[in-house]
Amino acid sequence: MKLKEHRLKLQAAPLLKQSMTTGQTMRDVLLALLPATLAGLWYFGLGALLVLIASIAGAMLTEWLFSPAESRMQRLSDNTALLTGLLLGLTLPPALPLWMAFIGGAASIGLGKLIWGGMGQNLFNPALVGRAFLLATFPIAMTTWSPQSGPTEFFQIYASNLAAPFMQSVYDGISAATPLGLMKFEQQSTGLWALVSGNTSGCIGETSGLLLLLGGLYLLLRRDLDWRIPAGILGTVALFSTTLYIVDSTHYPGPLFSVFSGGLLLGAIFMATDPVTSPLTPRGTWIFAVGIGVLVVLIRAYGGFPEGVMYAILLMNAATPLIDRYTQPRVFGKGIKNP
Amino acid sequence: MIKLFKIRGGVHPQDRKQLSANQAIENLPLPPLLHIPLQQHIGAPAEPLVRRGETVLKGALLARSQGAISAPVHAPTSGRIMGIGGFPAHHPSGLSVRTITLQPDGNDAWVDHLDPVADPFTLQPDDIARRVAEAGIVGMGGATFPAAVKLNLRNRYALHTLVINGAECEPYLTCDDRLMREQPDEVLDGVLILARGLGVERILFAIENNKPEAFAAMNSAAHAYSQVEVVGLPTRYPMGSEKHLVQTLTGRETPARGLTADIGIVVQNVATALAVHEALRHARPLISRVMTVSGGAIRQPRNIHVPLGTPLSSLIDFCGGFKQKPARLISGGPMMGQPVPSIRVPVVKGSNGLLALTEEEVRLRSEMPCIRCASCVHACPCGLLPLDMAAQIRVGSLDASVNLGLLDCIACGSCAYACPSHIPLVHYFNYAKGELAARQRAQHKQNETKRLIIIRKARMEALKQAKHEMMMKRKRELATAKQRNTETPSTEVGA
Amino acid sequence: MIYAIFVIAALGAVMGTLLGIAAKYLAVAGNPLAGEIEALLPGSQCGQCGYPGCAPAAAAMAKGEAPVTLCPPGGRGLVAALAEKLGVNVDLCDVEEKQPLVAFVHEHLCVGCTKCFKRCPTDAILGGPKQIHAIFPDACTGCEKCFEVCPTECIEMRPMQATLQTWYWPEPARAA
Repeated sequence: MKLKEHRLKLQAAPLLKQSMTTGQTMRDVLLALLPATLAGLWYFGLGALLVLIASIAGAMLTEWLFSPAESRMQRLSDNTALLTGLLLGLTLPPALPLWMAFIGGAASIGLGKLIWGGMGQNLFNPALVGRAFLLATFPIAMTTWSPQSGPTEFFQIYASNLAAPFMQSVYDGISAATPLGLMKFEQQSTGLWALVSGNTSGCIGETSGLLLLLGGLYLLLRRDLDWRIPAGILGTVALFSTTLYIVDSTHYPGPLFSVFSGGLLLGAIFMATDPVTSPLTPRGTWIFAVGIGVLVVLIRAYGGFPEGVMYAILLMNAATPLIDRYTQPRVFGKGIKNP
Repeated sequence: MIKLFKIRGGVHPQDRKQLSANQAIENLPLPPLLHIPLQQHIGAPAEPLVRRGETVLKGALLARSQGAISAPVHAPTSGRIMGIGGFPAHHPSGLSVRTITLQPDGNDAWVDHLDPVADPFTLQPDDIARRVAEAGIVGMGGATFPAAVKLNLRNRYALHTLVINGAECEPYLTCDDRLMREQPDEVLDGVLILARGLGVERILFAIENNKPEAFAAMNSAAHAYSQVEVVGLPTRYPMGSEKHLVQTLTGRETPARGLTADIGIVVQNVATALAVHEALRHARPLISRVMTVSGGAIRQPRNIHVPLGTPLSSLIDFCGGFKQKPARLISGGPMMGQPVPSIRVPVVKGSNGLLALTEEEVRLRSEMPCIRCASCVHACPCGLLPLDMAAQIRVGSLDASVNLGLLDCIACGSCAYACPSHIPLVHYFNYAKGELAARQRAQHKQNETKRLIIIRKARMEALKQAKHEMMMKRKRELATAKQRNTETPSTEVGA
Repeated sequence: MIYAIFVIAALGAVMGTLLGIAAKYLAVAGNPLAGEIEALLPGSQCGQCGYPGCAPAAAAMAKGEAPVTLCPPGGRGLVAALAEKLGVNVDLCDVEEKQPLVAFVHEHLCVGCTKCFKRCPTDAILGGPKQIHAIFPDACTGCEKCFEVCPTECIEMRPMQATLQTWYWPEPARAA
């Protein structure tokens, strides 16, 4: 090439970049959620798929509606709305009326993200804000669990899925308690294999412990995940529930049941690890994770609900700015003893 | 082998040194014109001593240092002074700076009054510092702080160790590597002279482990000297940052915003040591340096021995030109280097590399919002929160960013390298530091203005007073004269 | 009922007394704000703000009649200081920084009339009668007083040149 004068844009160093991008991280998380999502569809059938689609549609439509016209496509293509909608959908009961799932998706993005100033500015996990919104608004629908449909009846959707907006929803009459519900209200434990494989009733994406762990492992290998958060949460839950189990084994479940039941794995691996709403430093992350673990066991053991992962994470989200403030790293050369 | 200590943070960029690491240092043929800026160092610019049309010999003093922190400039070859005036500076702003233009005559004839020292180790530290200052030597790792000023730190601090920085942790750069491989004895001699100049007993020569040949060469050269220890460092950016290098070697932290001299240590660069050797043993001032010309857009990456003042375009020509359009031209390394405004600008004392990087190498991507992933927090070697600092600067709260530690940032670029959202964090910090300095200057000017106004008012008052008194005096004189007049008329009339 | 009325009345009486005492003993004489603001201003009495001098400008600002951004020679630094003193929020990014100007004498036009240097509030002009005048850019505040009086129009207000020492990186462009 002939040598000539080059006028180049003024850009400050460094001019090298590592290869990971924020968009790539989002795609990795979506990929990691895929096995558990497929398992949910396998167990709960077409109804579950419709719920997921409704919640994703609600999320993405809201994002599109409230973005500046010129950056709409860019905002949708960063996959954050898709991810939020999917995460919310996975925490919903499979027989939820679709219009509620849609409103939940809209609330996730609207109340969970946009009113805070958009991506990266929110204090609480958007998907969990959406879920909390639904739980407060439609408490019965959100706590009515359907039995698994099984692969033969894949195309049979739950009647309540199609309930018209603001009408009394129709339930099939058959409802099944979740393992945590059974434990809390009837002191009846569920077998470990059922919990690990996901062969229980519950939210769409929370039942299969094994596949959730698989997704977590993938994120760990891709370095998209701060391993301290799931490790801290699961460790704390195991330790704390063991203590309670030793004290009173009829009312409190053992550590394995505690870890694999309910939304704990989904929450610990995919919700609490949301970088926007978790602390920055390793020290802060440990405090955050242990806090969630303690709150989960406390809510499950002494609270009114059988499950407490959502509120535990939201509460610790609220504490994140405070934790960040008190766990700032020491600045180089400050506070050292002068020789 | 001494025990090494861990530093926090840091990143592992691909070092890409293999592009030029095996190219022996070559001499650049003299270009048709040399542009020698009068400011190639931190501090006051040098003051020219030559005039247009004058002929000078190689090594002649062209401009003398001015003030306590400054450095003289010498002629890189023999030739005629074509002029002294503004020329684009080797600086991202592209502003012009006073520059001496020299047309080489091709003889490359040295000045005849060279005064080498047979045995520099018989000199007093003050004499060594004086000779280093006269040779115009500055820190050649890129900081360009006058080396003699650093030697004189011995007067104010209790020094015990000299650390030689051969880490060369910036990707692409291989000039220090080549110097250590090709001239280990000369480098070591310079190091020993520096130690003598500082009056220290212990010398740690630190080399990153990705340069085994340089380590072997320096190790065998230093074998005979028990006070010198050659240390292999783990490969990690920014190992070559002065304070982090010292922490790795000694486990001690330099106080924030202090000098390594506060804990008794002075750090010098490999190329600086070689320049000191040349200055003391051969009485040659600093008029040339070794540079790495590399990057994916350069046809034949090389390590070149370049006279100062050579236009960068001559270097690119010598390396076979570009093989594709470069996306970025950088002076120095890719992590901390500065963009080059034009390839007309000359080589200066602090230039250790010229990189022409392609689009693929720089991975230009559009900026995304921060998702607080904390990559920058984990990468920061200074324990700062780059994301919070940048967020404060973005909304204009510079004071808040200072409270978060903006002024403790060493601008190493680890945070911006690690950021998956491609936020130009260092650019924010550069801007904020500059803006704060500008505000400080404005404040200073305002205070000066006030002082000047007060002085002027006082002077005006005094003038008025003096005028008033003068008038009163005149009036009195007039009055007395009148009185005399009124007394005298009778006689006059009578006369 | 009566009890409640009594408690409220007693509370009112006690607090009213306390307020009265506080008003008497913690009173601040006059408004010191104008003086404090005047101390911050450059004090060159240049009149570029539209007020006859720095003291009237400070008084107007203390009364809230003038904005904190009124002083062109003070620049952004002054705006920040004033905003802090008065407790107002100003987005400094929006403050249109008037390019700082300094006077420059075209030597071939100067007749050495001394009119300009008599008016310069900061003694930034050097020269004497029948001598060509020169300006110290470091001391010039850009007040334009000399510019107005020069009979030969030999003074030009030029923007201050950035140097390698004063140049710094511009603010990065914002992502959408």
